[in-house]
Amino acid sequence: MDTVTLSRLQFALTSVYHWLFVPLTLGMGWFVAFMQTRYFQTKDETWHKMAKFWGKLFLINFAIGVVTGIVQEFQFGMNWSEYSRYVGDIFGAPLAVEALLAFFLESTFLGIWIFGEHKVPEKVHLAAIWLAAIGSNLSALFILLANGFMQAPPADAFIINKVSGRLELVNFFSLIGNPKGWVLFWHTISDGLVMAAFLILAVSAYHIIRKQNVALFKRSFSAAALVGLIASVMLFFAGHAMGQFMQVEQPMKLASIEAIWQTEQPASFSLLTIGDLSGKQEVWSIRIPYALSFLACNNFSCEVKGVNELQPAAVAKYGAGDYVPLMVVTYWTFRIMMAFGFVMILMSAYFLWAINHGDIAKAKWMKWVPWLLILPYMANASGWILTEMGRQPWIVYGLLKVQDAVSPNLTALDLWISIVGYTLVYGSLAVAMVYLMRKYAVAGPDAAMQESIDVAPALVGSQD
Amino acid sequence: MSYQFLQILWFILIAVLWIGFYFLEGFDFGVGMLLPFIGKKDIERRAIINAIGPTWDGNEVWLLTAGGATFAAFPNWYATMFSGFYLALFLLLVGLIIRGISFEYRSKDAAPQWRNTFDWMLAIGSFLPALLLGTAFANLAQGVPINGKMMFTGNLFTLLNPYGLLGGLTTVAVFLLHGANFLSLKLDGELRARANKLSKTLWIVASVLYIALGIYTYVAGFWARGIVNPGFIPLASLAVLLAAGYFINRKMEGWAFIMVGLNIVLTQITFFSMTFPNVMLSTTDPANSLTIYNASSSQYTLTVMSIIALIFVPIILVYQGWTYYMFRKRITTDKKTLVY
Ligand code: HDD
Ligand code: HEM
Ligand code: HEM
Repeated sequence: MDTVTLSRLQFALTSVYHWLFVPLTLGMGWFVAFMQTRYFQTKDETWHKMAKFWGKLFLINFAIGVVTGIVQEFQFGMNWSEYSRYVGDIFGAPLAVEALLAFFLESTFLGIWIFGEHKVPEKVHLAAIWLAAIGSNLSALFILLANGFMQAPPADAFIINKVSGRLELVNFFSLIGNPKGWVLFWHTISDGLVMAAFLILAVSAYHIIRKQNVALFKRSFSAAALVGLIASVMLFFAGHAMGQFMQVEQPMKLASIEAIWQTEQPASFSLLTIGDLSGKQEVWSIRIPYALSFLACNNFSCEVKGVNELQPAAVAKYGAGDYVPLMVVTYWTFRIMMAFGFVMILMSAYFLWAINHGDIAKAKWMKWVPWLLILPYMANASGWILTEMGRQPWIVYGLLKVQDAVSPNLTALDLWISIVGYTLVYGSLAVAMVYLMRKYAVAGPDAAMQESIDVAPALVGSQD
Repeated sequence: MSYQFLQILWFILIAVLWIGFYFLEGFDFGVGMLLPFIGKKDIERRAIINAIGPTWDGNEVWLLTAGGATFAAFPNWYATMFSGFYLALFLLLVGLIIRGISFEYRSKDAAPQWRNTFDWMLAIGSFLPALLLGTAFANLAQGVPINGKMMFTGNLFTLLNPYGLLGGLTTVAVFLLHGANFLSLKLDGELRARANKLSKTLWIVASVLYIALGIYTYVAGFWARGIVNPGFIPLASLAVLLAAGYFINRKMEGWAFIMVGLNIVLTQITFFSMTFPNVMLSTTDPANSLTIYNASSSQYTLTVMSIIALIFVPIILVYQGWTYYMFRKRITTDKKTLVY
């Protein structure tokens, strides 16, 4: 494999991995902050236990988000140095602002929250968790504005410097006002809430079936079902907004996630399409008429361009090259994300209905609920894979190709060392994290009330 | 504000971020490395970890901000350095990963092996970044091979030269000393006495290495290769390091801590002024060197970033300082007060 492919592989591995933990942090922070606020207001011990218990799971997840995030920050320069030179003027700014505005806030106040109970005034302790939640969501905003620039660079934000060939920022407000970034953000915070809601549903169901702490877990279950419903509907609308955006900004991505070869008007939405072996022709499909036109431009009759028209147009505009993303991937990841999104809307709506109609503790379906946790994780990873792969071959859409962005000094050996290294380290992290998550989730709220698990009897080679 | 003024301002701001990072993570890394040696029993190790527990992550953000600010203000510097030092940075990241995770995970299971593993990961994860950062900075002072396209043409072994390694070891020793001093300030009883005792030995090691590094720098002529002469600053930094020895022996812990901290600050100032206005000296051809002029972003970006930094840096300093104030009490080995 060449260094471009290896760099892509490494970036994909580390980003998707980082991204598996981030949404839960984003969403769970709000839940814990809310629970602690209720405790503060009512002094009801159940709220206290809830904040402690979900807070523990939040922290176990958070730790991985932090350590894998540092890698992200460094990777642009390490693997994509030509990219960094080309857009540093623009891209560096939101990244630096993210650190200044968001990372300091979240890390400092989370520290206060973890260590501060009974040591700082109660109000400060409560404010700390809110500030940490705000901080992590702010970090999402700035990183997505950065990513939004790569996806759809707003034309009035920059100029190309004729001498250096680099992009230069001319309007900061158009960079941070980039609508693409804001839809990404809207989609992502909803995603975070959905993720947290389904984790809470899953763990609560586990305890409800076993009749442990039923009152506490029923309360958690109801809150999560409500938030889950609202957020998954928001997710749908944000996704819809993204589709409309894509129609304008990245028509090739739209064609590739929908496997449209021939331009269609009105466009139908493909439920299932089988292409031929070359991937360039449709063989068979089931389609919903008009649906894609609606998704893409809010009316039932607009035109959606097909790959066969877009590819020659791109060649005419940007020069020779293959401008079609890897369609099997974009097509299927989009299906997975959408389908799971709809399932989650239906599920959370059903749970809400069931809570108000009878005793959910007796429901037979309860034992299947923990399995639903797979849905948000799969949908989330699929969403990013389609977003990023759908933008191929561009790293900055229409401006810089991935092949021109890679660090020229790296050798395949360098990249193999880091790919294998990250895989081993991240793999072990996952083992430790899943072990602890399971352990604390299963042990329930009483165990979480202790700050740290009982002191080990003795360390190897010493006495206590 | 003129373009040149902004370039200098951002060079100074990035230096400040690195200085803040070295000062704060300096003792964090030191504490991490000392953990398995000062803490004999589990409860003692927990106390040591609690001494930096609330603040280590906030301290680490100084590094992230230094990275992000370099990206924004000097993209070419960021690109050349980060891609050039690829494997060294990879190892540094592995260190930071295993260290960061250990804080949160080590006390969440009672098995002795579990805890011991994470304790050593914390120690190794603190040692690696200290060593690698010291090595990287020494190489920056010495100069590295860079071609006409601003591309680093060496590899990991280019960095592992005697001067680089001496820089790495000195950094480790000074951080260990800084960590021991911090622990004597934050801990109590038996642990405090142990930290105090260790601090004496570490002071000797750090001073010897520091003087060796200084002599090497001077003799090899890495001294003042830019337009600024660091002048008396390096002498002052040696003086405060020596003064620290006096305070350590007198058990004046606060002063000892401040002196070693000052030594770190002054050393960093020396480092940043040694090659100014170059940020990466090329040993291939001085004309290929990266300077604050050819590495910087546009005037507009620097202006925007300056406004943002001038608003937020003071706020950050206030709330981080306040956090230290809130957690100012000494840590004891009383189980009830420990979190991690
Ligand atoms: C939508 C949100 C989002 C996205 C798209 C990303 N991250 Fe992230 N990141 C977070 C949201 C986040 C977070 C939720 O705020 C985390 C998780 C745990 C934490 O401390 O903050 C985080 C952690 C985190 C950290 C560690 C912060 C700390 O030590 O406190 C860094 C340096 C980054 N991220 C940088 C990146 C980069 C360079 C990304 C681009 C590939 C990226 N993140 C994608
Ligand atoms: C500002 C934020 C981001 C930037 C600058 C960015 C940039 C990049 C770059 C440079 C690549 C490698 C080139 C390529 O092959 O496409 C890439 C690939 C990828 N990124 Fe992102 N990315 C960002 C956010 C994310 C996030 C948060 C995820 C979440 C998981 C993600 C998922 C992916 C995936 C799956 C790939 C692989 C695609 C492929 O190899 O074709 N990205 N991105
Ligand atoms: C319910 C219907 C959904 C629709 C219509 C939808 C739509 C979309 C679209 C069109 C994109 C691509 C945006 C682009 O490439 O510019 C996207 C990206 C994405 N989707 Fe969805 N989505 C849905 C559900 C979900 C669900 C359930 C999740 C996860 C829980 C999810 C997570 C993501 C993520 C993480 C991305 C990457 C970009 C981002 O939002 O930050 N989506 N979505």
